[in-house]
Amino acid sequence: MITFQQVNKTFRTKSREVHAVKDVSLTIRKGEIFGIIGFSGAGKSTLLRMVNLLEKPDTGKVIIQDRVINDLSEKELRKLRRKIGMIFQHFHLFNSRTVFGNIAYPLKLAGWPKAERKKRVKELLRFVGLEDQANDYPESLSGGQKQRVGIARALATSPEILICDEATSALDPETTNEILQLLKKINEELDVTILLITHEMNVIRDICDRVAVMENGQVIEEGAVADIFSNPQTKTTKNFISSVINDSLSPVLLEELRKNGTKKLYRLAFRGEPVKQPVLSRIAKRYDVEVNILNGNISDLGGELFGHLIVELKGKDEEVKKVTGELEKFIQIKEVDTYES
Amino acid sequence: MKVDWNTFWPRILEATGETVTIVFFTLLFSSVIGISLGLLLYVTRKGNFLENRFIYTVLNFVINLIRPVPFIIFLVAIAPLTRAVVGTTIGTAAAIFPMTIVASFSIARVVENNLVSIDPGIIEAAKAMGASPIRIIFDIIIPEAIGPLILGLTFITISLIDFSAMAGTVGGGGLGHIAITYGYQRFDTSVMFVTVVILIVLVQLAQWIGNKLARLFLRR
Repeated sequence: MITFQQVNKTFRTKSREVHAVKDVSLTIRKGEIFGIIGFSGAGKSTLLRMVNLLEKPDTGKVIIQDRVINDLSEKELRKLRRKIGMIFQHFHLFNSRTVFGNIAYPLKLAGWPKAERKKRVKELLRFVGLEDQANDYPESLSGGQKQRVGIARALATSPEILICDEATSALDPETTNEILQLLKKINEELDVTILLITHEMNVIRDICDRVAVMENGQVIEEGAVADIFSNPQTKTTKNFISSVINDSLSPVLLEELRKNGTKKLYRLAFRGEPVKQPVLSRIAKRYDVEVNILNGNISDLGGELFGHLIVELKGKDEEVKKVTGELEKFIQIKEVDTYES
Repeated sequence: MKVDWNTFWPRILEATGETVTIVFFTLLFSSVIGISLGLLLYVTRKGNFLENRFIYTVLNFVINLIRPVPFIIFLVAIAPLTRAVVGTTIGTAAAIFPMTIVASFSIARVVENNLVSIDPGIIEAAKAMGASPIRIIFDIIIPEAIGPLILGLTFITISLIDFSAMAGTVGGGGLGHIAITYGYQRFDTSVMFVTVVILIVLVQLAQWIGNKLARLFLRR
């Protein structure tokens, strides 16, 4: 649906050069919600803007629906842009137009007759739940309502692709959740492929199917959300994950463990079927080992269950070894030193 | 020598009419030219969607060249050009020409200043929808800035009333002419007083209309 092939972009100012996007190759499949996560300055916003060529790559190809778009003429580009919806962190609504006028504008650009515009806008207002605000001006709306208008406006011409530039970053957690559910509904009911960028891992966790992690202009990790969460490779990714999954022990608890002479803890990661089974207790029962659970939770990632535990295994070393050996057959297990974490 | 007010009132009325005519036509012409130049300045500005360094620099330079020249000096300096274009340097039309030039550049600057305050994100949004530069200018940029633009034009209108009085002193007609010839040169304070009052009324009226219009568009 959307493919980046070795795209590069450098911004030059008088004093310095910023290589914003470095050799990025990515494919976003039809029908999925793909998230790009990174800190500010990672290049994700520049990459996103290449989809509708608001930013032109210096080198590399951007392919939308099997068509290389880099060299489209201005006119063709405008036509393409009408088929790609875009929403923004700060909504960017037209203050001089009412809610109705905002949503109708892309239809006007596409040359829809007035009566049909009116009908379509009504439909969209119903879809985003803003039927009563049609004649209000943006300034009188709340953040969440503004983003709904932004979404309705982006969907007006029934695009197959929706790109979201930090769409929830200016919203409070509850409104964020509402908007995310709306995006999910758009993806499922209207079959719109969504590419979003964010610096919030909860956005990725809650609605994305696949994710790419960006740092310094490069994609440093990419894959299905469940894979990335259960087996992150880079420190940045781990940091992002720890922002939504609290799997670190409190310093007080760690201190207590050290005092008692505990040197080793075990971090267990479960995916899919084992989450639902009492794997740990079943195995521990067979050996002379006691299990002390220090931290744990289960999350739902892209429809897949993902659980994790931090445990202390009390018993003779060889018994503990047998338990970990057994566990490895079902789940991921990692030793952690109490002096490291 | 005091004026005979019975015969003088018609003169005053006629002069007021001239002043209003001068201001009106100057405003009309300079709005068209000034708004176009202001838009051109804005869109060719660095980072904007029709960025063009050459056009911007030249235009910017010319505006900065004309604006600091005191109007009364400019009026005299440009007299040969006025004669060439209008055919005379005396009368209403001769006042409108130099005033239009000065006002156009002032309006261009006012327009540019108002447009730069538009959130660039709004323009990006329009671009992302596939709006052409022309549509962006007329559908987005102008409506977004219309309120402040009207207030800016009101401000210019009031300076035009001021300028028209100055043009009057060098043969442009209007209230300025009356004030200088009767009030100043003949030491008739009452004439001066009447013209000043009329000018004040005109200024108040212009501001009132400007505020009303701006409010209408700003919906506040």
